[in-house]
Amino acid sequence: MAGSLGLCGQQPYTDFELSLEQVSHSFGKRRVLTSVSAAVRAGQVMVVTGPNGSGKSTLIKIAARLIRPASGRVVWRAGGRELGMDAAKGVVGLVSPELTLYDELTAIENLLFFARVRGWSGHGLVRWRGLAGAEDVAAGGGARARARAILEQVGLEGRGDDLVGTYSSGMKQRLKYAFALMHSPALLLLDEPTANLDEAGTEIVRRIIAEARGSACVVVATNEPEEVTWGDAVIRLGGVA
Amino acid sequence: MTPSSDSGAWRKAWAVFVKDITSEFRTRYALSAVLLFAVTALAVVSFSVSPYSLEPDAQSAFLWTVLFFSAMTGLARSFVREEESRTVLALRLSAAPDDVYLGKLMFNAALQGAVALVVVPLFLVLMDITPVAPGVLAASAALGTLALAASSTIVAAIVSKAKSKGALFAVLAFPISVPGLASAVRSTTVALRGAGGAGTAVAVGVAGAAARTTGVAVARSASAMAAARGDLLALTAYSVLMIAASLLLFDFVWNE
Amino acid sequence: MRHLAESAVAKWALGIWMVLVITGAFFYAPAAAVLGEMSRIIYFHIPSAWVSVLAFLMCTVYSVAYLRRRREMFDAAASFAAELGLLFCIIATVSGSIFAKSAWGSYWNWDPRETSIFVLLLIYGAYFALRSSVDDPARRGSLSAVYGVLAFITVPLLVFVVPRLPAVQSLHPDGPIISSGGSLDMDSKMFTVFMASLAGFTGIYAWAFNLRLRAWRIINEED
Repeated sequence: MAGSLGLCGQQPYTDFELSLEQVSHSFGKRRVLTSVSAAVRAGQVMVVTGPNGSGKSTLIKIAARLIRPASGRVVWRAGGRELGMDAAKGVVGLVSPELTLYDELTAIENLLFFARVRGWSGHGLVRWRGLAGAEDVAAGGGARARARAILEQVGLEGRGDDLVGTYSSGMKQRLKYAFALMHSPALLLLDEPTANLDEAGTEIVRRIIAEARGSACVVVATNEPEEVTWGDAVIRLGGVA
Repeated sequence: MTPSSDSGAWRKAWAVFVKDITSEFRTRYALSAVLLFAVTALAVVSFSVSPYSLEPDAQSAFLWTVLFFSAMTGLARSFVREEESRTVLALRLSAAPDDVYLGKLMFNAALQGAVALVVVPLFLVLMDITPVAPGVLAASAALGTLALAASSTIVAAIVSKAKSKGALFAVLAFPISVPGLASAVRSTTVALRGAGGAGTAVAVGVAGAAARTTGVAVARSASAMAAARGDLLALTAYSVLMIAASLLLFDFVWNE
Repeated sequence: MRHLAESAVAKWALGIWMVLVITGAFFYAPAAAVLGEMSRIIYFHIPSAWVSVLAFLMCTVYSVAYLRRRREMFDAAASFAAELGLLFCIIATVSGSIFAKSAWGSYWNWDPRETSIFVLLLIYGAYFALRSSVDDPARRGSLSAVYGVLAFITVPLLVFVVPRLPAVQSLHPDGPIISSGGSLDMDSKMFTVFMASLAGFTGIYAWAFNLRLRAWRIINEED
């Protein structure tokens, strides 16, 4: 399990910065977030913690721009300018309990599918021929080669061609890391990062975060006391109002 | 539609389409249910009207009723499924809305096309119809299928975000589909009857088989094509309009 | 306070106007040559149909505004316009149907204009079915706005496509209302009352819409 996950030096944004400005959100009449402000630069890890229902997952989804905050702004900045909405597909890597990959596809097919809809064609020439049985002709490693390499990194080597539906919940959690890292995200968002994982899995997560620290922005939402210590900065959200 | 102009976008939409087809082949989530529904509906219609000989316009209306309700059982599934199996988050995170819409549109058109491929020939056999203008019938079925897919794909996306998905889909899709359905019914009537109107309809059953070998069928088919041209053009224009409007509006549904 | 006084004046003016319109419809305007006394329906039926289409237009305008600006008020306004549109659509359908029974012998004939208004009725119904099956207000706003815009695009198609259905010939009287050339063909007294009624119905729509919106503001903007 040696080797790099390839987070460094591949993504277009080496100076990525996430800032939340006065973010508030509510579901109907129920307020979950009140004026949260924070900023993370590439190379930093921010931990979000707080009791159940305090809005950790909502904050993660707002940072990923999956939810529009009721008020306030989410700013992604890189290269001295703000990134528009169109940048979203290449920026975020998300691991979350709410995330599910396709049960009826294999792990490799899942990763290739998401790479394809992102328009990612590898580092060089990749030729696509359908999802199953695709033959990637690549100079310097195509998407398929990268998918296999990443599966190996998360400890799923040899299971890449099995349907995800046959995976255990721990294996699915590992696959989510492969999904999140496939496109070398500039912003890595981890909601309950070690849910369902065994000791070896937790160790992989530690390694991923350590490596991501080199180049990406990392936000972790967790209640595990040990994981809270990973953060360079910690945001504590209030309880149920 | 050559994917040369914007090959990136087409390739992404194609990826969504291939993914849905692959899922469909492995799970038979939509196709088998829809086909069974269509065949059942067709059998009910054919059985209940078998004692009577229907006019071509009534036959055409029956055919499109069956096709419409088959579409209503099947076309929402690809979106509802993303929502129910909670894969929608990963897809929203990775894919641009336009690519998702176009991929799902292609999938729905393919699904409805498969249904039409089974239903239309079966309909002709069960109702004992020899179409005067098979070419017009094929064109009506193809363009009508496209029109149904065009009008209902965005409605499917809307419905997948609401609570009572099954019942709501037909309720929402029908009013929007009416212009397309009306054109499809009319051009299908022409295909079944020919350009001549009700008077020739009686002769068609007798002459249809015999005329096939002669040049008469060709001439009749050509005049039927001329008569149906307006409706076929209307169907095409309607589909284009619905797809264009959906592309503009889909973002608001998808990111909700 | 001044606003309140103005609205009270406008309300009374509208009331008096409608009294005049109703009186005029029965006593001032003459009966049409062919249809006789039944022709007086045009002073109520057509304005209702007009308002139901106008309300649909307003619903679409507010829907687009909501999608652009994301303000809850626009969503509420769109739904109020649709509510009134549904109400007037029902009035137009029912009054037309009663007229159809006495003029043409049956309540419903699938006349092209009957088809169009029936589909409009279905659209309104679908719009509210959709609204009632979404809980989250922001999501409800977007989904129903998108549906409203989509439905609005198909309405002109209905007007042009459905009337060409071969099986049905329009039974709607062209003579006393709109001549074949499309120009209005009425006695000047009839025309005066008809236009006054159109204005009055539009006024009623505006008044009811405003009332709804003011009530909404009181409930939603003071807490």
